[in-house]
Amino acid sequence: MSTSVEKTAPETTFKVLEKLRPATNAVLVPLLAVFTALVIGALVITAVGGDPIAAYKGLFEGAFGSAKALSETTVWATPYIFAGLAVALAFKGGLFNIGAEGQLALGAVAAAWVGYALPDVLGVTLPAVVHIPLAVGAGMLAGAIWGAIPGWLKARMGGHEVINTIMMNYIALNMTSFLLNGPMKDPSPLNVVARTPNIAEGARIPPIFPGFRLHWGFILALVVAGVVWWVLQKTTLGFEIRTAGANPNAGRYAGVNVPRTIVVTMMLSGILAGLAGTIEVTALNYRHELGFSVGYGFDAIAIALLGKTHPLGVVLASLLWGAMRNGATRMQFLTQIPVDVISVIQALILLFVAADAIIRWIYHIRAREERVVLTRGWGG
Amino acid sequence: MEWRRLGFIALIILILIGVVVMIGGGEIAPSVIVVSMIATTIAVATPLTLGALCGVYCERAGVVNIGIEGMMLASAFFGWFAAIYLNTILGMAPMPSLIMGVVAAILTGGLAGLLHAVLSVTYKVDQIIGGTVINILAIGVTGFLNRQLFFEKGSIFGGQVPHAPGVLPRIRIPLLADIPTVGRIFEQQPIAVSAIVLVLVTHFILFYTRWGLRTRSVGEHPRAADTVGINVARMRYANVIIGGLIAGLGGAYFTLESVPSFEPLMTNGRGFIALAAMIFGNWAPFGAWASALVFGAAQALQINLQFFREQIPSQWAFLQQAYIVGLVPYLLTMLILTGIIGKTTPPAADGVPYEK
Repeated sequence: MSTSVEKTAPETTFKVLEKLRPATNAVLVPLLAVFTALVIGALVITAVGGDPIAAYKGLFEGAFGSAKALSETTVWATPYIFAGLAVALAFKGGLFNIGAEGQLALGAVAAAWVGYALPDVLGVTLPAVVHIPLAVGAGMLAGAIWGAIPGWLKARMGGHEVINTIMMNYIALNMTSFLLNGPMKDPSPLNVVARTPNIAEGARIPPIFPGFRLHWGFILALVVAGVVWWVLQKTTLGFEIRTAGANPNAGRYAGVNVPRTIVVTMMLSGILAGLAGTIEVTALNYRHELGFSVGYGFDAIAIALLGKTHPLGVVLASLLWGAMRNGATRMQFLTQIPVDVISVIQALILLFVAADAIIRWIYHIRAREERVVLTRGWGG
Repeated sequence: MEWRRLGFIALIILILIGVVVMIGGGEIAPSVIVVSMIATTIAVATPLTLGALCGVYCERAGVVNIGIEGMMLASAFFGWFAAIYLNTILGMAPMPSLIMGVVAAILTGGLAGLLHAVLSVTYKVDQIIGGTVINILAIGVTGFLNRQLFFEKGSIFGGQVPHAPGVLPRIRIPLLADIPTVGRIFEQQPIAVSAIVLVLVTHFILFYTRWGLRTRSVGEHPRAADTVGINVARMRYANVIIGGLIAGLGGAYFTLESVPSFEPLMTNGRGFIALAAMIFGNWAPFGAWASALVFGAAQALQINLQFFREQIPSQWAFLQQAYIVGLVPYLLTMLILTGIIGKTTPPAADGVPYEK
């Protein structure tokens, strides 16, 4: 009897390990990608005459060294979570949304307008219970429209969403430049910056703890991440999105209205990106300023890929991104290494996550996960 | 290229030129405006033409390249840096520094092409993701180095942007440039001229040489190409690197031919518009060039409207807004890609990694 137990024990262990392998791989490869990028980043810092250990120490302190630092990290992470979810959701539907940046900017513009102008237009002071939902809703609506247009162009006309979302980024940038320099510019006599006036008190989402900038928008981001997971995994809509993404032909046979699903996916993606801008306006800056959103679209792509398009992964990747952006300021203060080095490290992270074969080759990780089709060529 | 699409291109360019003539015609002779618009169109279409040619080489060999934007941005930076470094630090004369700058830009583009080939051919990374990686990497590296090299106190240039050695001079094409009025069109800078030459060369290579036939076969049916002994991976590598070199020349346009300075993100989407020009041009050099001219004309419109700002009649006041006119190239791109002016067909194996 005892011999059989001894015999099966290693087998069971092996089986458990086999079962765990995809899970450990899913975590291991991104972690090693981050590690490798940091090592190369250290080489870059050394090459420009800096001290990488001091730089990374400053980076870590700035990101996690105090309650204030932690609070700032979550503040930085909040828009990344929303925008990262936007890109991840689109990926699940087989769509590459490079347009998060434009959707985000227009969401911010719409939320800011409702925040500062609507009370004057209506001639009443709106209470927070009405004003906050209106502002947030306006931002979501703007994002939805800006996301749905390239979705519709793809579903009905076959225009590839990659180029169309990029073009709509530039259109959004021109539009916000026009609005913030013209009709929506803060009219106060001292202002020379392209920005809107401050939004009304009633439209502001408050901080959670007095004295810290950590705000309820961060909690909302976590909740939304949960909702996205639930929609994707537990609802018919989520099934349709995933099917249209994984195999549109099979989806068609299973009764999925693929064109409609494409439009809905891009609209939901736009809503999430719009929320990123909306929350920055209503919970943090209390106005929209030209240029604050630059780069978020590409960051969101990197975050979605680093998080393996899983909502939990997106949240963790966003926290990492937020920590790096936040800590970079202290790093620059202590070591004079420009914050831009973070962009290089983040680009390298993306490189290694996208080309995970390189990471597997460096660290001799054999087992491959199933290849996920993320995007398709110009044909369809 | 089919007539319908050519007609559309001609129509759009005529409309764009017509708008400027209508507005500025009272001040300056219409013929002068038309000639100036055409000359500007050819000049500003340069990076679009070169970017589109880069796309033609890559995609004809079966590799989708949306990293053209990043390739051009990186080349613009390193070309500029090389020119300034040679001129200010090593004391080279302005003209040779500029030429070496162009060489550096071309090599940077080639390196970026090599990276794209490694990612998409060797590691079989999703090619659109691979291109995005190149775009993000280029933004990060140029942003960082721009700050580090030119704006940090301890840098080689002592914390300030040094005086640039200028831009490449105009070349007068003999005889043609001497024609009265119209001659202005034939006075172009060297990269603009080489872009047009490269259109002809690419057309010849692609459709009249063995290399071109092999390139196209690898992009259409790699399995068949492999069967008859063509090395698919090597053809793809070579063409993506050639494409990168050409995109590098396109990058040089920004900092060595157009303006003598570098700004972060200065390519401003031109690499993506080039991609759209390539698609609308049906993956062929002449088609890509014709489409690039449309976008060039849209940009020339913007430049000329700024010039005639005061003359714009009040009912057309929106044309005074640079941001509104600035939308035209992007809207045109989207309109063209909807396929209402006829669909184009990509190479059959475009974007598909080849598994032996």
